[in-house]
Order: sequence, then C-alpha cells, then structure tokens
Amino acid sequence: MSAERTGRLLWRRLIGFNVLTGIVLGIAGFYLGWWLGHQIDATSLAFFADTGQDDVALMLGYLLFVVGFVVGLGFAKYPAARLVGRELSHRENEGGGIGRYFGLCTDHKVVGIQYLIGIGVFLFIGATYAMMIRAELLRPSPQLFGAGNYLTIVGLHGAMMMGVATSSVLGPFANYFVPLMIGAKRMAFPRIEALSFWLLMAGGAILASTVFFGGFPTGWTGYAPLNAEANYGFDSYIFFFALVGASMTLLGLNMIVTIAAMRAPGLTWRRLPIFCWGALTTSILNVLAAPVLIATLLMVGLDRGAQTSFFEASEGGSPYLFENLFWFFGHPEVYILALPGFAIVLELLPVFARKPLWGYPLGVAGILGVGLISFFVWQHHLFVSGINADLRPFYMLSTEVISVPTGLIFLCGMATLWRARIRYTVPMLFVLAWFFNFFVGGASGIFLSDVPSDVNVHGSFWVMAHFHYTIVGGLVFAFFGAVYYWVPKMTGLRFNETLAKIHFWTMFIAFNSTFGVLFAVGLMGMPRRVSTYASNLEPLNIWASVSAFVLGASMLLFLANVAYSMIIARKPAEANPWRSKSLEWQLPTPVPLHNFDRTPVIDADPYDYGIPPAPRRPGEAPAGAPG
Amino acid sequence: MREPPHLRRILILWVALSVVATPIVVLLWDPGLPPGKQAGEASGQVTDNTALMGVATPIFALLVVYFAYVLIVFRQRGPEPEEGVAIRGDRRVQTTWLVLTSMIALGLVIFGTVRLLESGAGGGQGPDPLSKPSGQPLEVQVIGQQWNFTYRFPSFGGVETLHLQLPVDQDVELHVTSLDVIHSFWAHQLGVKADANPGEDNVAYVHPTETGDFDIRCAELCGLWHGHMFDTGRVVSNSRFLAWIRGQQAELAPVTRVLPPYSRRYFPDPQGRAG
Repeated sequence: MSAERTGRLLWRRLIGFNVLTGIVLGIAGFYLGWWLGHQIDATSLAFFADTGQDDVALMLGYLLFVVGFVVGLGFAKYPAARLVGRELSHRENEGGGIGRYFGLCTDHKVVGIQYLIGIGVFLFIGATYAMMIRAELLRPSPQLFGAGNYLTIVGLHGAMMMGVATSSVLGPFANYFVPLMIGAKRMAFPRIEALSFWLLMAGGAILASTVFFGGFPTGWTGYAPLNAEANYGFDSYIFFFALVGASMTLLGLNMIVTIAAMRAPGLTWRRLPIFCWGALTTSILNVLAAPVLIATLLMVGLDRGAQTSFFEASEGGSPYLFENLFWFFGHPEVYILALPGFAIVLELLPVFARKPLWGYPLGVAGILGVGLISFFVWQHHLFVSGINADLRPFYMLSTEVISVPTGLIFLCGMATLWRARIRYTVPMLFVLAWFFNFFVGGASGIFLSDVPSDVNVHGSFWVMAHFHYTIVGGLVFAFFGAVYYWVPKMTGLRFNETLAKIHFWTMFIAFNSTFGVLFAVGLMGMPRRVSTYASNLEPLNIWASVSAFVLGASMLLFLANVAYSMIIARKPAEANPWRSKSLEWQLPTPVPLHNFDRTPVIDADPYDYGIPPAPRRPGEAPAGAPG
Repeated sequence: MREPPHLRRILILWVALSVVATPIVVLLWDPGLPPGKQAGEASGQVTDNTALMGVATPIFALLVVYFAYVLIVFRQRGPEPEEGVAIRGDRRVQTTWLVLTSMIALGLVIFGTVRLLESGAGGGQGPDPLSKPSGQPLEVQVIGQQWNFTYRFPSFGGVETLHLQLPVDQDVELHVTSLDVIHSFWAHQLGVKADANPGEDNVAYVHPTETGDFDIRCAELCGLWHGHMFDTGRVVSNSRFLAWIRGQQAELAPVTRVLPPYSRRYFPDPQGRAG
C-alpha cells in the first residue's frame, strides 16, 4: 500500500474527483452563473426592478458553484453510472491514504473526522468574529469598525456558529460512533452521508464569501423586510442557510434510517445507548424543521431576485409570515443544538461515575419530550411583536412545560452521581460543568418565557447571555467533553492531560465571567447587536470583553494541545482508556475498516457498571436490580 | 459498613442555604433591580423578576448543595479503580421529581398568565389588546423609521414630535407602527416594549408613576444605525405636559399641515386591494 502510494507522483494524485477539482469546477460554475445572470439583465428583470439583476447573477453563480463543487467531488459519478445501466459498488474511496479525507469517502469514520475538522475550523473562525465584537464593545461608541462592517461581523458570528459550527454537531460523533454503538458496518446511506458533509462546507464557504458582496446587516435571523434592502451579501446568507438546511435534512434522514434499521441483533430500543437516542431525536427535528427553513429562504430569494412580495408589507405581504416561518424552524433548531449535549452528558456520566445510567427510560422520555414540545414554543420569540397576542399564555405554557422533560435529564444525571465513585477525568469535568452552565441557561430562560419579565429583557443582552449559556455552556462544553473522550479512539492518540485540564479551567471560569456579566448588562437596558451603548455600562462591558479574550485564549490552549498531542508527542492511546463498557470501546484502535468482523449480538445495555446494592433486609431482592 | 445519612445531610445544608439566600435575594437585592419604579408596568416587571428569583434561588441552592456534596463524598479516593453502587432507578424519586417540577412549571405559567392578563405588562399586544386599563387613556402613536422614533398625538391635532414627553399618573395608549422595517420601541425605565411592524398597529399601555427621564432604545435590529436609534424621554407633570405639547403644536404647525392624516397604519390595507 505505502509503496504504491509513494510510487504515485504528487500531481497525479491531485487529479481526479477530490476537493481541489470541486473547488476548480465550483469557481468555474460560479462565473458561468454570474455571466448568465448578467445576460438575463438585458431581457426582462432590469425592466421590472433596478436592483434585481445582480441578485440574480449572484444567486445563479452560487447555484452553479454548488453544482460544480459537488460534481468535482465525484457525487455525479454514481447517478451517471446508473443512467447508463452500470452498477457501482456502494463503497468509494475507502482504504488507506490521506487522500480519502479530501474527497467523497463512504467510510463513516472518515466522514466523522472530516466533520470534526470541518466544523472545528468554522468554530474557530466564528470565535474570531466574537473576539472582534467584544473588541468593538470595549468602548461605548463605535471605534474599530464602521456600522455596516460591525453588523456583518455580528451576523457572520451568529450565522457561522449556529449554521456551520453547531447545527451539525451530530456530524463528527454520531457519524463516527452511532454505527459502532449499534453494531453496524456503515451508515445506511454512505454517499448521502458524504454529501451532507460537503454541502455543509460549501455553505460555510458561501457564508464567508459574503464579505466580497457587501456583507449583510440582518444578523443571523435575517428578518424581513430588512433583508430586502440588504446588500447582495444577503444572497450569500440565503444560499448558505439553504445548504445548511439541506445538509441537516440529509444527515437526519441518514441517521434515522441507520438507527431504526441497522441495529445489531439483540440491540432492542431499551438497550440503545442514550447517545443514539439523542442522535435519533435530533435527526427527527432536523428532518421536520430544516425543510421549512429552505422553503422560507426560497421565498426570500424570490422576493429579492424575482420581485415577489411574500414578506413586503408595502406590497401586501407580511413580515410576520417571515418571523413565524423562521422561528418555526428556529426554535426546534435551538433544541437541535441542545439535545446532542444532553445525550453526550448522559452517555459519558456512567463511565466516570462507575454506575449504570440512573433512570434510563426517564432519560429517553426527557429527550423525546423536549424534541416533541420544541415544535410548539416558537412564538415566544414574538411575545412583544403584536402577533397573536391572545395566544401568549399558550406559548408561555409550552415554553415553561419544556423544563419538565429537561428536568428529567437533570434528574437522571444527578441521580447517576448518587453513591458513585467519580473519576475526575477531563471529559468528566466538561460534563459536570454542563450541569452548572445549563442550569443557569435554563433558569434565565424562565425569565424570557414569563411574558411580563420578558417585556423587560426581550431583545437585550440578557437573551444573548441566556442562549450563550445554553449553546456554549451546554452544547460546546459537552462537545469538548466528547472531543477529549472520543478523539483518542478516532485518532489512536492520547491528549496531554495537564494541558487539557488547564484548558478546562480557563474556559469554565472565563466563560462564566463573560456571560454572567452580560445578564446584568441586558437587565440594565443594553439591546443586542449595537455598537453604541450607554456610557454607564462601559465598566461591565470591559469586564465582559476581557473575559471573552481569556475565553478565546483558552481555545488557543486547546489548539496547542491538539498540535502537541496529535502532531508532536503522538503518544498512542489504549484501546479502552476509560474502561467503558460501551460497544465502540471494545473495538481495537484504530477501528478496522469495516468495524466488525462478525456482527455482534447484544444482550444488555452498555451501562453495566457498579456493584449490586446490598439488600435492604435479608432475603429481599436487591433494591436496584434491573426490572 | 453502614452508609452515613447522605440525604439528611444534604437536606439540612440545602434548607440552611435557602433560608439565608432566598430572603437576601427577594427582599434586599431584587427589588432594586432595573427597570425600576417609574411606571406601573416597570414595577410589575420588577415584581415578576423578584417572584421568579424567589423560585429559582432555592432550586439553585439545591443544585449547588447536591453537587458540592456528591462531588466531594462520592469521589474516587485511591489510585485503584473503584465501582459505584448499581442503582438503576427509583420509582418514588422519579414520581416526586416529576410532580414537583410539573407543579413548579405550571405554577409559574398560572402566575405569569394572571400577571399578563391583569395589566398587559407593558408589552405590545397587537391591534386589539386583551388587557386594557379602565378609563380614557391618552393616545400616542410611536412611529419607527430608519433610524429614529417620532410620536404623533391625535388628540392634539395629530402633531408629530421628535421627542417624547408623557404626563405622570395618566394611562397612555401607545400605538406602535413602522414605516419601513421592523423596529422595537423600548422605553426601558417605563417597562414598555413593543415591536414596530410596517403596516401593523401594535398597542401597549403604560402608566407612568414618577416624573423623570427614561431611555428609549430600538430593541430589534433594523439596519445600519440600529445602535444609534436612542433618545431620552421625559415623564412630567400634567400641566408641564400640556404646556410642552401646545408649544409643539404651535411650533410644528407648518409641518402638521403637510403630514398625511393620522392613521393607525400608514400602508394600504392588503385586504382592501385587488390582487
């Protein structure tokens, strides 16, 4: 294998279906679309509108960029072969070589690592925008960026973090570990799996390209009718988010079918690891919510490019329609971000508490309950908008009732620690921090779900601090827990524990120091997305900015650890360093190409830790025996 | 070896912490928080905040005590791997938890609904508000446009002013609308927030109780100069308000003549048009 690899010349390896070809064809497609769009100009659209033509050119450009990119990656090969009557293998680009990471690969483990690095890159770009925002807010009047650039940075931070970095947080760990946990040799649709990743990357690239077209002043929510007067850069937002929606839908479909249909014999629903339940529920939310986003963006695109008026109040449309459609996607979306965090926390706790997961059926009910109710809460974003004011008690009810299934997650986690033997490993520290952060996030959310107190803090920094506590404090902390827990399996290399612990404590303290203060800032009357604020808020903002810079530095510590552990030191990890009983850890490291030689047969859930409790009275059955 | 009485210890610590912390939060700290007491709506929000903090504080105390206890007592002490106790669930605990969390959640919903319906809480209630004050309120229209708010007083000849003054101890009916994109009218110290939607009328009520200045900000991203969309309003005595508005009427008379007639919305009604 290696002799064959070194024998091939470098230039030979660069030619073929891979990301380089994808980029070249994509850029060619972009200019073709751009040119076509300007041809249309002369015929019809310019007649109706003075601004329509460039939107059309840019949208056509992006459309053909995506087509070229996907074709260049080799996604057209299989449909083309089927068209002429040939049947290709369902496996592509598997086997050795670094090249498989740079193209269409149907090995779910490769896609998992692609996702991890892909969304990791966007996470760090998004964090850089956050640093720019906090730098601007060091002073109460604009100093670093112009008003337009500032809003573009705010929008880029929100859209990149929500869209690319966290919406597909299932991508790395669920794609890699769900097949291993359920005893499958692959995902149900390996090509769809690869497509979902590359569409996400195309979306991220398109979002970043907005800076060449004037950016967009709307924030990640892109409200109408503000979006109608936005620069061409808003077309980047439309395409980016539509691609993210497509990627999420595909990822969700693939995950649902895999978990439903490809479980090993004996892996009943009651034995399914809780992480798989989280992945399944998140995927159902993906499939039900993301298409609504795509449809909404199509309508916005038509409003901008073809002069329709779905959302134009002056032409008989309604901005309320946009708000409704956006949040019908947007609220399940925030649980698409929260649920993987819940699932990671409950999956990791038993391993380090050395106890079975307490109340497994309750945990599953909690996850499913949150997923179900998340579709009925969206109008709490519109409490003061004037729409359906009489329905506000209902949305108050649904929003506050969602804390009951969330409370079940807390109960399962807290009771799992009862009479445990807790090992303070790095993943465990992140998981424990989740409880603190998510409680603060959830409790501050109650103030937003109660209409009278929401009237005060709605649209203020309080909201901003609230959802950073749930998404960063909840999901991102769980995500880093998962990174430290699972990456040794994925790469076969061990993280430096000292650096990892420094990373954890810096991140935990700096995070709370940043966003804790921002609750006060919001309560004291600072709206979101402003670069001008009352001068009495300056000391608190400086505090938050300095803490945010430390938070940013903690991310650099993480990067340093990755560089040191994965590139320089390269200490091999044991096959099962955490003594986990879950199926994925029973496999050798690195995981063989097709995972299992023989399909495993499952006879218990993976939480068989601990010693049986002593009977309460002699002769009685042990109290905690599985029933 | 007998297990020490963990549960009793946790309960004692929790009760002690709650008994100390809750009164500090509810009686001393929270009532002084923004938005303050300049209007009935603002005081109402402070009351709501205080009540929610009163519920959240003991829960937070429970979390802190529980985690502090289990993280210290149930840690692995030696270098040798140890195992916990294989308890997989407890029906009594789960029932108690479900009942308690449901009761707290439903209690908060009932509390919030009652508070909302009795006053409207200063929030935008749409064109046909459910909660209205008794009596005859002063009607003031708030018009958002990029990037400032202006105010029309239909009972004073439809004059449109650039700043806002309101009489104290008088119910005010704010009709919030927009001429371009979505804005949100936020009079912070008065406890008022209502989105300004193009072509829509959004009503909010406020009853100022103290004279003084209040901050006005836009709370919905509305484009380039969203951050600069702020002003200072003023609550004044009734006689000073009348003097101010009459002065404005005289001063702005040439402008008022060319303004479009006062209307709750300034876009044509989509229902009333063909197509």
